[in-house]
Amino acid sequence: MIKQIVKKYIRKDKVIPGFGLTMGISLLMLSLIILLPLLSVLVFSFQLSPAEFLDLITKDNVVNAFQTSIISSFLAAIINCLFGTILAWVLIKYEFPGKRVLDGLIELPFALPTAVAGITLSKLYSDTGLIGKPLAQLGLKVSYTKIGLTIALIFVGIPFVVRAIQPVLEKLDSQYEEAAYILGASKTRTFFKVILPELRPALLTGFGLAFARGIGEYGSVIYIAGNSAKEKTQVISYVIMQKLNYVDYASATAIALVMLILSFLILLFINMVQIHQSRRTNHI
Amino acid sequence: MQENKKDKKAVQMILIAISVLFITFMLVIPLISVIINSLSEGFVYYLKSLQSEYTLSALKVTLFATVIAVIVNSFFGIMAAWLITKFSFKGKHILSTLIDIPFSISPVIAGLAFIMTFGRLGWAGSYITKINDLLGTNIQIVFAIPGVVLATIFVTFPFISREIIPVLNAQGKDEEEAAALMGASGFTIFRKITLPHIKWALLYGIILCTARALGEFGAVNALSKTRGETFTLPLEIDALYLAGSSDSITAAFAVSSILVIIAIVVIVARNIVEYKAKRKMEDR
Repeated sequence: MIKQIVKKYIRKDKVIPGFGLTMGISLLMLSLIILLPLLSVLVFSFQLSPAEFLDLITKDNVVNAFQTSIISSFLAAIINCLFGTILAWVLIKYEFPGKRVLDGLIELPFALPTAVAGITLSKLYSDTGLIGKPLAQLGLKVSYTKIGLTIALIFVGIPFVVRAIQPVLEKLDSQYEEAAYILGASKTRTFFKVILPELRPALLTGFGLAFARGIGEYGSVIYIAGNSAKEKTQVISYVIMQKLNYVDYASATAIALVMLILSFLILLFINMVQIHQSRRTNHI
Repeated sequence: MQENKKDKKAVQMILIAISVLFITFMLVIPLISVIINSLSEGFVYYLKSLQSEYTLSALKVTLFATVIAVIVNSFFGIMAAWLITKFSFKGKHILSTLIDIPFSISPVIAGLAFIMTFGRLGWAGSYITKINDLLGTNIQIVFAIPGVVLATIFVTFPFISREIIPVLNAQGKDEEEAAALMGASGFTIFRKITLPHIKWALLYGIILCTARALGEFGAVNALSKTRGETFTLPLEIDALYLAGSSDSITAAFAVSSILVIIAIVVIVARNIVEYKAKRKMEDR
C-alpha cells in the first residue's frame, strides 16, 4: 500500500507545485527574448541563395577577418591555459600575503565593461603609453597590430580558464601526488603524468569558453586592433558592425550565421567534454 | 631531502612571482592607468566632463536599461531555476543549453538579431508599423530606448539562473516535497523554503547582471545611434574616445572611471557574498 503511494509519487515526480507555470513562463520568455530574434537571423539568411551566401562569406575582407579572429583567439586561449593553470595552482596550493586580492582581481575582466578595457589597453600599449613606449623603443609595436589584439583577448579570457581549473584543483586528492612522489617520480613527472590528466577536462572547458568569447569579442578589441583591412587587423565582429552601419543586412546575417555555427560547435565541444567527464567520474 | 625542500620553495617563489607579474601587467596597470588618464587635465576638468549633458543622459539610459534587465532576469532566473531543479522532464538538457546561448554568441549578433526582428526588414517591424498607423502612436524599437533595453536583457539573460541552479541542485528537493505533501502552496514553499537557500546566490546573480548590463557595448552599439538620447555610458565613452582630441579622450577616461569604480565594488561584493555563503554552508 505505502509502496504504491510512494511509487505513484515517484513515478509522477511532480509533488512540488508549479511545473506548468514555471515551464510556461520560462519557455515564453526564452522564446521571445532569445530564440525568436535569433530565428529571424536564420530565416533572413536562408532567403539568400547558396551561391549568394558563399559569395558574401568568401569576400577577401570577411575571410581575413575570420582568420584573424580565429587565430588570435586560439593563441590567446592557449596563453591563457598556460598562465591560467599557474594562477589557479598558486591560488589553491600556496599561502602568501595578498592572495585574496589576487583572487579577486582575476574577476576584473568580467566586471569591467569591454569598452573601458578596450580604450585603456589601447592607450597603454600605444607608442606614447606606459607599456607601449618602452616596447616601441625596442622596435615592438603593440597597439593597432595583431599583437595588441591578442593581448586584449588574453585580458578578456583569463578568468574563464582560472575559474574552470580552480574547483578541480581544490578537490584533487593529494594522495596521488604523494603516491607518485613515494614511487620515485620527479616533481615535473608527477605534474605531467598525474595532475595534468586530472585537469585536462577543466582545461579544455576553460579553453573552449575563452576561445568562444574571443571569437565574438567586440568592445575590448576594436580600439587596440586598428581595424585595418590591409593589415588584416579587422576582427569578425567589427566586420558585422561595419556591414550593419552600411545597411548591408545580407552580408551581416550571412557572416552572423557562420559565427553562430562556429559558436554552436564550440558549445557542443564543451558539452561533450563535460558529459565525458561526468561519465568517467561516475564509473569510479 | 633538505635539497628537495629548497627546490620546492624555489618553485613556489617562481610561480607566485609569475602570477603576480601577470596580474600586475594584465590587470592592475590597466586599472590604474584609467584613473591616471582620467585626471590628466586636473580634477576640475574631471568633474566637468562627468556633468556634461551627454554623460548625464547616457547615465539615465544606462540605469534605466539595467534596472529593467535585472528585474526581468531575476524573475526569469527564479522561474527557470525552479523548473530545472525541482522537476524532471524530457528536453531539460536542451532547455538549459538554450538559456546559455547569450554566453557564447557575440553581442554584435544579439544587436543584429533585434534589427532583423524589429527593424525595417524584420517580420515584427511591419506589425509595429501597422499598430502605429492604427493607434496613431509612434512606437520605435530599433534605434530607440526599447531596443537598448531588449539588447541589455538579451546579453544578461542567463546570469541569474546560472547562479541559482547549482545551489538548488545541491540542496535537493526533499524539503519542498515534504512541504507540498503537507499541503503548503507553491508560493509559500518558495518563500519559506527555497528563498532562504538561494538568497545569496540570487544576490550574487543580481550583482553580476548589474555589472554586465551597465557595461554592455556591442549589442547596444548596433541598436543605438543617437548621442544624448539613446546612448548608454559605454557608447558615450566610445564617442568621446573616437572624437580623438586629447580633451575628449580624457573625458572618455573620466566617464570610464565611474564604471571602473562600479567594477571594483562588484568584485568586493562578490567576495563578501561568497564568504557569507561559505560560512552558511559551514554552519549547517
